[in-house]
Amino acid sequence: MGEVIVVTSGKGGVGKTTTTANVGTGLAMLDKKVVLIDTDIGLRNLDVVMGLENRIVYNLVDVIEGNCRIRNALIKDKRYPNLYLLPSAQTRDKNAVKPEQMKKLADELKEEFDYILMDCPAGIEQGFHNAIAGADRALVITTPEVSAVRDADRIIGLLEANEIDETYLIVNRLRMDMVKRGDMMSSEDVTEILAVDLIGVVPDDENIVISTNQGEPLVGSDSQAGTAYMNIARRLLGEEVPFLDLNAKSSFFSRLFGKNKKI
Amino acid sequence: MGLADFFRKKGTSSIAKDRLKLVLVSDRAGCSPEVMEQIKNDIIKVISKYIEIDLDGLDIKITQQESETLKGTSVPALYANIPIKDLKSSK
Repeated sequence: MGEVIVVTSGKGGVGKTTTTANVGTGLAMLDKKVVLIDTDIGLRNLDVVMGLENRIVYNLVDVIEGNCRIRNALIKDKRYPNLYLLPSAQTRDKNAVKPEQMKKLADELKEEFDYILMDCPAGIEQGFHNAIAGADRALVITTPEVSAVRDADRIIGLLEANEIDETYLIVNRLRMDMVKRGDMMSSEDVTEILAVDLIGVVPDDENIVISTNQGEPLVGSDSQAGTAYMNIARRLLGEEVPFLDLNAKSSFFSRLFGKNKKI
Repeated sequence: MGLADFFRKKGTSSIAKDRLKLVLVSDRAGCSPEVMEQIKNDIIKVISKYIEIDLDGLDIKITQQESETLKGTSVPALYANIPIKDLKSSK
């Protein structure tokens, strides 16, 4: 029996889709059977981040409305045979789907997949309620900024109200140089304010932009963000993984001698 | 960068943290500015029956306060500072 994990944030542009793509791919790399669902109806994005935009035939709304079978709408990933994407509909609006329908879909997918990741739209309206409907756990994404943290707090409250008890925090786009000079809240600051368990800290890394340009998730690569995402996937599986030492700049020599590799 | 910025000891992250803590207290209490305004008006109405209060100096807000039962944790509290102008003498 699989597990449904919703990736949510409240505020837009903090990295929900990137996180869904990378954590989902990470879980697939760890030999889990994974399906990623883009629940942002009308603003489809997970397909381009995964580099699968040219393979879409059917979408989430087609499945919900019974125009096709689930298996016809699932797109197999290019790299990992146990990773699938259920894309969102681009030309429909978010009211095309109801929370009960999403829950039913999630329950069906649980039979076949180990992990079902729901990429939630920004906001707290219908789309949010659709995405969390069948969720067992939630990953709340925030950046160390007042607006994102405030929205994350609101989301955490709504998740509690909807009886999703297992909520984990990911602090995204952390800049250690700014934290050090006291101009950015640290992951500890954010965790203290939001009072939920921290499951990952992802540094601001230009490699994310580069990998998104190419439609290839970065997870598992030798970059800081790639390592951070793989660590999140492993923690989701229950592994005890120490947090990355983001202070350590990986110089040529340290890389050569394998120092700094606190994975 | 001005001279004031140069001598500024605290980084802006602590400002962010303090502001967030305050805003989240009222967010979590589900208390919108309109509701606060209503509470304020009702309090004024009730107290004015007995005491003449200084409306300009009035300050009512939701803040964070250390819990008396659970040491080290903070709880939201309704804070009211109501300056008295005159006690209305009873007949």
